[in-house]
Amino acid sequence: MSILVIAEHDNVDLKPATLNTVTAAALLGDVDIFVAGSDCRSVAEAAAKIQGVGTVLIADSAELKNSLAENVAPVIVALAADYSHILAPATTSGKNIMPRVAAFLDVAQISEIVEVVDGNTFVRPIYAGNALATVQSSDTPKAITVRTTAFDAADKEGGAASIKETAGAADAGLSQFVGQDLTVSERPELTSAKIVISGGRGMQSGENFPMLEAVADKLGAAVGASRAAVDAGFVPNDYQVGQTGKVVAPDLYIAVGISGAIQHLAGMKDSKVIVAINKDEEAPIFQVADYGLAADLFDAIPALSAELDK
Amino acid sequence: MKVLVGVKRVVDYNVKIRVNSDQTAVETANVKMSMNPFDEIAVEEGIRLKEAGIAEELIAVSVGPKQSQETIRTALAMGADRGILVETDIPTEPLAVAKCLKALIEKESPDLVILGKQAIDDDSNQTGQMLAALMGWSQGTFASKLELGDGRIKVTREIDGGLETVDLKMPTIVTTDLRLNEPRYASLPNIMKAKKKPIDVLTPEGLGVDVSPRLSVLKVVEPAKRQAGVMVENVAQLVDKLRNEAKVI
Ligand SMILES: Cc1cc2nc3c(=O)[nH]c(=O)nc-3n(C[C@H](O)[C@H](O)[C@H](O)COP(=O)(O)OP(=O)(O)OC[C@H]3O[C@@H](n4cnc5c(N)ncnc54)[C@H](O)[C@@H]3O)c2cc1C
Ligand SMILES: Nc1ncnc2c1ncn2[C@@H]1O[C@H](COP(=O)(O)O)[C@@H](O)[C@H]1O
Repeated sequence: MSILVIAEHDNVDLKPATLNTVTAAALLGDVDIFVAGSDCRSVAEAAAKIQGVGTVLIADSAELKNSLAENVAPVIVALAADYSHILAPATTSGKNIMPRVAAFLDVAQISEIVEVVDGNTFVRPIYAGNALATVQSSDTPKAITVRTTAFDAADKEGGAASIKETAGAADAGLSQFVGQDLTVSERPELTSAKIVISGGRGMQSGENFPMLEAVADKLGAAVGASRAAVDAGFVPNDYQVGQTGKVVAPDLYIAVGISGAIQHLAGMKDSKVIVAINKDEEAPIFQVADYGLAADLFDAIPALSAELDK
Repeated sequence: MKVLVGVKRVVDYNVKIRVNSDQTAVETANVKMSMNPFDEIAVEEGIRLKEAGIAEELIAVSVGPKQSQETIRTALAMGADRGILVETDIPTEPLAVAKCLKALIEKESPDLVILGKQAIDDDSNQTGQMLAALMGWSQGTFASKLELGDGRIKVTREIDGGLETVDLKMPTIVTTDLRLNEPRYASLPNIMKAKKKPIDVLTPEGLGVDVSPRLSVLKVVEPAKRQAGVMVENVAQLVDKLRNEAKVI
């Protein structure tokens, strides 16, 4: 039996999280991709080019346009009999839909796997990543979400999968999409950026974030934040890095005015190089930082910006 | 309207957890336990619906060992009206909890069920979505705002790109995100009053639910520790190191 990967997309573009999920899936068997959406042919075409994908299944109907779990889950369930494993990236969309699929199939879900041991056995972080559990499941199929930072992106060119239409969805009649208020940014997307610079409560207000953005633009970085900075309204919720926000693992993570609570570390401690800028020498963030700078950020950040111009 | 909330007893979020010596689980003996923080937000939201005259009754439910009564008491002290413990010593998985909650929903007929988006011990983020599936109900996950209408509810959701609003048919399941509200602390008089509020104790067997785990935990280990690096003197040195030593910029 093959492995089904649920594509992450916005009906136009295939999202990079899909590529990492394909890599995890390929460790288990032959990979098919499922694109559920509306007018989403371009997504299926992009998915068909991913290296190593056998078939791209597409369900194209208006009811699937906004990825409402109530409408999407039944179409995934309808495909399940042909697959030993169903994988989705652990994005807010994957997290919303996959447990609904699992419950319909009466199987456990294995959340946010970081390692595939064998077809039944997976490693996943628990307690904010302070422990790693190896779990085994005898359910069929297995419903899994994938922590994308733990798997490399599959090559998005070179494949030549066939595209097959499947039945569209009915409207479950349970939910309606009202609207979205999305953060618009020219910067790279937080979870796939090579460099991330995050601000915490030490930033004092949203008005000081342009200081970080100036540095971000010089480095081609994404901007993130701690929960405290989001709760205080400095930046929108989608900036939050951590146990209950986004998990990032860039080549370089710069934490500015962030103390380093375990819930924040859970979202960034797998970064290759960590820099911490904090005026408190005792701040726990320095215990995980490769390079620490004990300084007032209101001096250090403008200085950093100037130094990068040199 | 009747509101049911889930309250899970978990290791307090401030505790630095340790893996036990035989590497089978995280040590929970003699460790401070608390209500899962997202469930405090669920309880708070339920209380606010009562205070707004929208909800008449708020029921707090926990599935777990006898000591989970303390967690339910906390919910009662915050302002829930009564509690239900589904008592079991088997470590509960989300699907099993969802099945217990389904059995309770069939008895209690709530119009709204509020759970946390995630338990901070297993970090599963599944139970609400599973419960919605089992009930055939709508789901409003990762909620940062609720607006109740006539038989419908508008839920603003925290998603990867920002915020999304959906309009759901009730009854429904909502799961809380951090920005939904700021939970209150129980006052001393309310803690005293909560002692008199009723807690029903049921069992999974009594509810006809099989809670045996579907996953076996083979091993639990601590992740590799990160070594602390070096302190730099100034920004120029930092940039030099990033350029020439780490080579990341
Ligand atoms: C259920 C739950 C889930 C959570 N999820 C997350 C999560 O996903 N992500 C997350 O980040 N947190 C999360 N938290 C919150 C976490 O516990 C911390 O409260 C939070 O990370 C603290 O944010 P902070 O470091 O910005 O603020 P603080 O801890 O207040 O630290 C601010 C730091 O800024 C420094 N500072 C102040 N002024 C300056 C200056 N001028 N120059 C330099 N340094 C300065 C201070 O020395 C201090 O170290 C969660 C908590 C709970 C209970
Ligand atoms: N044993 C339990 N008892 C009561 N509620 C629970 C239990 N387990 C999970 N829940 C609810 O489901 C939410 C999500 O948990 P989880 O799916 O385990 O991350 C929690 O925040 C609780 O509201």
